Amino acid sequence: MSLSPEQVFRIAQLARIEITTAEMDVMRGHLNGILSMIDEMQAVDTRGVEPMAHAQELTQRLRADEVFEMNRRDDFQEIAPEVENGLYLVPKVIE
Amino acid sequence: MKATDWEVVIGIETHAQLATCSKIFSGAATAFGSEPNSQACAIDLALPGVLPVLNREAVACAIRFGLSVGAQIAQKSIFARKNYFYPDLPKGYQISQFEHPVVSGGGIVIPLENGEEKQIRLTRAHLEEDAGKSLHEDFHGKSGIDLNRAGTPLLEIVTEPDMRSAREAVAYARALHALVRWIGICDGNMQEGSFRCDANVSVRPRGQREFGTRREIKNLNSFRFMQQAIEYEVRWQIETLEDGGTIRQATVLFDPDTGQTRAMRSKEDAHDYRYFPDPDLLPLSIGEDWIANIRAEMPELPAQLAQRFQNEYGLSSYDANTLTANRETAQYFLDAVSAAGAALAKPCANWIMGEIAARLNREEREIAESPVRPQQLAGLLTRIDDGSISNNIGKKVFDALWNKEGESADAIIAAQGLKQLTDTGAIEAMIDEVLAANARSVEEFRAGKEKAFNALVGQVMKASKGQANPGQVNDLLRKKLQG
Repeated sequence: MSLSPEQVFRIAQLARIEITTAEMDVMRGHLNGILSMIDEMQAVDTRGVEPMAHAQELTQRLRADEVFEMNRRDDFQEIAPEVENGLYLVPKVIE
Repeated sequence: MKATDWEVVIGIETHAQLATCSKIFSGAATAFGSEPNSQACAIDLALPGVLPVLNREAVACAIRFGLSVGAQIAQKSIFARKNYFYPDLPKGYQISQFEHPVVSGGGIVIPLENGEEKQIRLTRAHLEEDAGKSLHEDFHGKSGIDLNRAGTPLLEIVTEPDMRSAREAVAYARALHALVRWIGICDGNMQEGSFRCDANVSVRPRGQREFGTRREIKNLNSFRFMQQAIEYEVRWQIETLEDGGTIRQATVLFDPDTGQTRAMRSKEDAHDYRYFPDPDLLPLSIGEDWIANIRAEMPELPAQLAQRFQNEYGLSSYDANTLTANRETAQYFLDAVSAAGAALAKPCANWIMGEIAARLNREEREIAESPVRPQQLAGLLTRIDDGSISNNIGKKVFDALWNKEGESADAIIAAQGLKQLTDTGAIEAMIDEVLAANARSVEEFRAGKEKAFNALVGQVMKASKGQANPGQVNDLLRKKLQG
């Protein structure tokens, strides 16, 4: 499987990354390299092997339902570019 | 040409906010209405180096729900990242479940208009985190972001496309709403967004196998809006198709002011979210013993309880369903019956659905706040049943209980001298006085006017201040008049 230039631009758009045509060519090479490696892996017979969702054979530890985080808004908002009335301000996003 | 007979197809996705104190992956509080960003911790803000840790209670809520709808609880389920960019989603992905949800299958029974029932099949229910809130007004051209809601645990409950009208969709939403509150996993507050429904609506010519193209109506936060939105959307789709147009898959919003739906954006394909297992979270394992423990603590479900009310107390299906509309009402009824005895179950039901419901409604109170407690109602109904007071005096005593004029029906009856008069001599004396004062009615009765008899009974009851036993008055009066 290999990606078309349009597919690479689409992936960049979904990731909100702006790329030039030259950059697209480089990335397309990298991505196709990764995909061909995956193709090789796909060739391995994995019948009878349970798909894994995590590299470690452990299960999720659970936390008691308790509130232990205190309000640290002032600390967090000190490093934010712009805040007002306790809100983080961002470029207008409504369509 | 005969007009096409259209069939409506509806599936519903509901986001139920789970009633936990802390967030699904962090120890920040979930309380509604706090100062903006005062409940958004480093994990909710996606600051570098943080790791999510799953809240046990959120998982327990999902298990409780699965058990209540007869679904499969997955022994092992997986959390996945759903990737998209929006400023109220700080990580750039939402932690959700994709391939292996915690709950699969099951169903919810809804009542149909014709008195029959219909099973709505559930596809799945999965755990996920909520996003924050974007405020678009009045920030000199910018949007304001409040991340208090980010990371709040949600159970997304998805149905099969089994509903065939707006009415069925609303019946399903109501049944689900009652159920999640009943089992205590969600407060069901729709104004605060604790219970939000999206409806996938399509139409097809009746008899066609394939589904039509669907449009998804987002964020319906009241049952009335859901009904209006679906009805409008169905009309719009049918008109569009009959005018030769086509439906494009889209997400639409309902505007309650105009009663119309309008397209928001064309729907992204599922694969555009690029789901993949979240490496920050290990698979969730749910053991048989955990499920068994939760099963043992489950309350009797509304459908089972309604059945029991019919079997044990001889209530009608309508009464049984009304009394199991929510857990507080059912508990009130059970407490009243346990104090009054099963023989008085029907009067208990009548008073709860009649007098009590009407007053609560008028005073905009919940049954848990009823000034008349179940034991007090039972005491009152016992006195009506044993003939100590008439039904009419009973209403008076009820008033007094409601206004806290006494601790019990007995205390009020004694204090206000309301005990029914059953002394034959005393009633006869009153009858004599009434007959003497109403010679004309007596004449009329003797002339064959039955109406005049009723007027005389009324006079005697009045003379006794309503305390005479009406049956006794009837008998004694008739004897006197005929004697």
